Amino acid sequence: MDLLRFITAGSVDDGKSTLIGRLLYDSKSIMIDQLEAIEKQSKNKDEGEIDLALLTDGLRAEREQGITIDVAYKYFSTPKRKFIIADAPGHIQYTRNMVTGASNSDLIIILVDARNGVVEQTRRHSIIASLLNIPHVVVAINKMDLVNYSQDVYNNIVIEYADLAKTLGLKEITYIPISALNGDNIVSKSINFSWYEGEPLLNFLEDVHVEQDIDLTHARFPIQYVVRPQTEELHDYRGYAGKIISGIYKVGDEVTLIPSGLNSKIKSLELGGNAVPEAFAPQSIIMQLEDDIDISRGDTVALRKDQPKISNELEVLLCWMDNKPLIPGNKYLLQINSTRVRAIVKELEYKLDVNSLEKKYSPAQAELNDIVRASIKTASPVSYDTYKELRANGGAILIDETSNVTVGACMIQ
Amino acid sequence: MSHQLDYLDQLESEAIHIFREVAGQFERPALLFSGGKDSITLVHLALKAFRPGKFPFPLVHIDTGHNFPEALDFRDQLAERIGEKLIVRKVEDTIRAKKLTEQKGKFASRNQLQTYTLLDAIQEFEFDACIGGARRDEEKARAKERIFSVRDEFGQWEPRRQRPELWNIYNGKINKGENVRVFPISNWTELDVWNYIRREKIDLPSIYFAHERQVLEHEGQLVAVSEFIRIDEGDSIVNKKVRYRTVGDMTCTAAVESNATNIDDIIREITATKTSERGETRIDDKFSEAAMEDRKKNGYF
Repeated sequence: MDLLRFITAGSVDDGKSTLIGRLLYDSKSIMIDQLEAIEKQSKNKDEGEIDLALLTDGLRAEREQGITIDVAYKYFSTPKRKFIIADAPGHIQYTRNMVTGASNSDLIIILVDARNGVVEQTRRHSIIASLLNIPHVVVAINKMDLVNYSQDVYNNIVIEYADLAKTLGLKEITYIPISALNGDNIVSKSINFSWYEGEPLLNFLEDVHVEQDIDLTHARFPIQYVVRPQTEELHDYRGYAGKIISGIYKVGDEVTLIPSGLNSKIKSLELGGNAVPEAFAPQSIIMQLEDDIDISRGDTVALRKDQPKISNELEVLLCWMDNKPLIPGNKYLLQINSTRVRAIVKELEYKLDVNSLEKKYSPAQAELNDIVRASIKTASPVSYDTYKELRANGGAILIDETSNVTVGACMIQ
Repeated sequence: MSHQLDYLDQLESEAIHIFREVAGQFERPALLFSGGKDSITLVHLALKAFRPGKFPFPLVHIDTGHNFPEALDFRDQLAERIGEKLIVRKVEDTIRAKKLTEQKGKFASRNQLQTYTLLDAIQEFEFDACIGGARRDEEKARAKERIFSVRDEFGQWEPRRQRPELWNIYNGKINKGENVRVFPISNWTELDVWNYIRREKIDLPSIYFAHERQVLEHEGQLVAVSEFIRIDEGDSIVNKKVRYRTVGDMTCTAAVESNATNIDDIIREITATKTSERGETRIDDKFSEAAMEDRKKNGYF
């Protein structure tokens, strides 16, 4: 049994919460007391039926206003897989939350209302999916019951979306017609879709291959912490603790330490206290090296034959996440995995309109939810890969040193 | 050799990574230990994260005085066995020092008061990060909380001001006086924890397994008879074979009828159950629809 993390994008009007509610309900992940609680609320709201959307609206503040203000995480399992859903709201002002939820997802479900087809919001969600490099896209064409389960309606939306996907360079797209409200094509094939030959949504989520999404070619091991027992029998023990974010390491491998450039060899690998001959992403391990070198948190161990890039000048696509605008020349902390360095955002090259993909050159500043292309200079060189090549080592955050808040998400170009 | 990880391996690795981020980013962290299965799982994960070194933090227990004796014994033995430091702070002492008013009633709970002791302990030891075993599947408000959850000096959680948490990058930067609550098993469900306990052969306090106990039947829930609850005339007290699905205070944790004497049986029962963990066993969540949201805003875990 493995794990699939996915994000659902769409607004309440598209039936996103109903879809999640349906997945949880039909996979029997909802318990009686939780159902009773929403039944009570549904009645409070004078709605006859159980409102499955209530399952995902967590906070009182949200329920009162009928909105979703943050990313919520939901869990369910089938005998084949454990699923983690990042439930991100679809309103315009919440690009920030969607970027956050998308950053950890292997798959995105983009909900399209069959009555409306591809709309501005669909475009926005798809653009974010392509920026964040989400490996798999499911276009769930919902509310098919309201268009009489019409194959023509479905086909037209597929054609329309394929066009958009081509412009964005999205691959691995799967189209599934559903009715979340009625449960059509969610866990089992619906007789209403006799013309549809693909799998229902849940079967697809269970079967989609995600193993290849973890990069096992480029080995990167950022050190988080140095384990030094300093006991008598382990006097000289120096174990570098961290998570392998990509690739495979074997005992005896020739490695280079980044950014110092020093070379060494792997003496041992420990997994949960046991020595192992090899370890791979995404395992958390302890690594010992043959040579006594002074390295610590923030350094990366790479194989000598395949090293990441090192630079103090970065080109990034940046999603701005703070209420205060980003003004070129401002200083921040840049954090990539366990490395943190001072950085200046030097120049904003263009602002990307997430509805039309149009570029507006040389903007004076970036506002909350803007996506801009920027150049960043760091106080000391950092090691990285481009986000497109290696997602695990190409994403960075910006932290405002005066408020300590995470203000930006960078995809290194 | 296959390079595919099982879901439990993935969850384990994520949790260890979070533990090490705490060790790397904070000066004075603490692991909040309750003696329940989730915090016992945390200790097991910390052993995997830091051995052969020592933990870079003490275990801290906020003792309400209403704990199950079995859980307290287990706590002391565990700390002793792994050779790590255990700090205990008692709600009883806070009540006396601060002249706090205790709840009254049949199941008078110290659940609200323990926040005071926790905040005092944070201040006393200047803890900047407190690691806890809360999971997002437990409750709606928890489903929205970050893995690194920044709290102000009153321990308050402000959902609208949460920091975005991207990729596997955790921002633990705070001002003096603030602290971060860290939840390494955020993405685990109740069943994941039990499956992990089975796989790793983790020891648990005896009350998690079926045993005979005197219980009070109250509105469909079974509350252990103890000196901490009020027995009224006409109360129905019975002997039943029960186990605990969660372990909190004796006053606000209910038992479930069970014949499960080993982990396999427990997993079978939980897989078949139709009631959620907190719904079945936590009396404290039933006050209102937003009970947890309100408590978190006041500094609770």
